[in-house]
Amino acid sequence: MSSYSIKMTVNGKEVSGEVEGRTLLVQFLRDHLGLTGTHVGCDTTQCGACTVHVNGRAMKSCTLLAAHADGADVTTIEGLADGDNLHPMQEAFREHHALQCGFCTPGMVMSAIGLVKDNPKMSEKDVRHGLEGNICRCTGYHNIVEAILDAQTKMGA
Amino acid sequence: MYDFTYQRASSLDDAKSKFSGADDARYMAGGMTLLPVLKQRLDQPSDLVDLGFLDDLKGISEDGGNLVIKAMTVHHAVNTSDLVKSKIPALAHLAGTIGDPMVRNRGTIGGSLANNDPAASYPSAVLALNATIHTDGRTIAADDFFTGMFDTALNEGELITQVSFPIPEKAGYCHFPNPASRYPIVGVFVAKTADGPRVAVTGAGACVFQVPEMESALASNWSPDAVANVKCSADGLNEDIHASPEYRAHLITVMAKRAIEAAG
Ligand SMILES: Cc1cc2nc3c(=O)[nH]c(=O)nc-3n(C[C@H](O)[C@H](O)[C@H](O)COP(=O)(O)OP(=O)(O)OC[C@H]3O[C@@H](n4cnc5c(N)ncnc54)[C@H](O)[C@@H]3O)c2cc1C
Ligand code: FES
Ligand code: FES
Repeated sequence: MSSYSIKMTVNGKEVSGEVEGRTLLVQFLRDHLGLTGTHVGCDTTQCGACTVHVNGRAMKSCTLLAAHADGADVTTIEGLADGDNLHPMQEAFREHHALQCGFCTPGMVMSAIGLVKDNPKMSEKDVRHGLEGNICRCTGYHNIVEAILDAQTKMGA
Repeated sequence: MYDFTYQRASSLDDAKSKFSGADDARYMAGGMTLLPVLKQRLDQPSDLVDLGFLDDLKGISEDGGNLVIKAMTVHHAVNTSDLVKSKIPALAHLAGTIGDPMVRNRGTIGGSLANNDPAASYPSAVLALNATIHTDGRTIAADDFFTGMFDTALNEGELITQVSFPIPEKAGYCHFPNPASRYPIVGVFVAKTADGPRVAVTGAGACVFQVPEMESALASNWSPDAVANVKCSADGLNEDIHASPEYRAHLITVMAKRAIEAAG
């Protein structure tokens, strides 16, 4: 089968590579670029661990072709912090103990930033509804919701 | 996933010619159904023709008494559109109940209708609102479009370009979601249209269907009470680990009542 030369911007850097038609964006990020912060929890579009931003929108990178993302602007969990300064959402997750094993966390943080961008005045109910595509096996969600509500205030400030 | 040739369409005509030039192609819209199907190796196309860059197929507008939604418009755009919220708020609400935010950022109305999943949300709105599906070659009335489980009136290679919804006097949608997949176990869309009330049910059967008993009850009395005593038969309804046919039949009445309450 054919291979495709693709180019995209990932976390502000130009990257390129050769992929198959069927290569998923998450495989390109993890296996080609070594950006293993983006996780694969289910590979069936359910859990949200693979969430990244493509052209500013949160998407499940396990269900997106790398070839489709040719030319796109992609942000992963590795692209959020500014040196040692965590993004306010990352900081809030740390502050509120919003993770235990941490497996779901990169996807949670990426989704959460997308939610705040779409609606900077979310109620607790809005946050819970917004997290329907992100599964956490550890925390029971309570502290994740607290963290997002707190980060929402700080991101607006 | 078996490998395939990836082709990016640059125009509607280009999509058509790439499709017909390939051995066994599929169009890809948001890929939210197609890619999971390919991952499970339930299908093995030779080519995927990506419609994702056809900006002419995206957008929402008003045309006469119709709300027109182009095929590649994602669920998020329908959910948050001021025009949809003001003309058919129930449709904006329905779009916001589909899957989750990431699915709504990718999944499209055209992909949802072409796929015609028995539990898909949009078919209930399209049928209840008596919408018209426009393709690259013709228009198809909602009454003729949904022909069976995962089956539609579309021909091989025929492309949905837009859907036009006559703006109803009132409409409401209510569903009982499967807590794991978030697809409706039963979803009911009700509309008070120029041709009288229409009630369409998704999730309960093999394909979206209307409930004539409820429609005639609503014609003389548009209120939740009018449908409260209409019992649906469980015959032929879906059965799975989540709900029995009897439970689904019961849910149709409950969801219809709530949808009428929501419509006001
Ligand atoms: C976790 C999850 C939860 C979901 N929950 C729901 C839910 O609650 N309710 C619901 O309704 N859906 C749900 N979906 C499905 C979602 O709405 C999909 O977006 C939709 O079914 C398919 O749209 P798509 O744009 O992704 O199409 P694709 O997956 O790209 O395509 C689907 C099929 O349609 C064909 N096709 C696509 N566009 C066209 C066109 N313009 N003309 C002709 N054929 C075309 C393709 O060839 C393919 O066969 C869910 C999906 C996921 C992953
Ligand atoms: S790995 Fe993508 S949704 Fe679970
Ligand atoms: S912290 Fe373990 S899965 Fe969420």
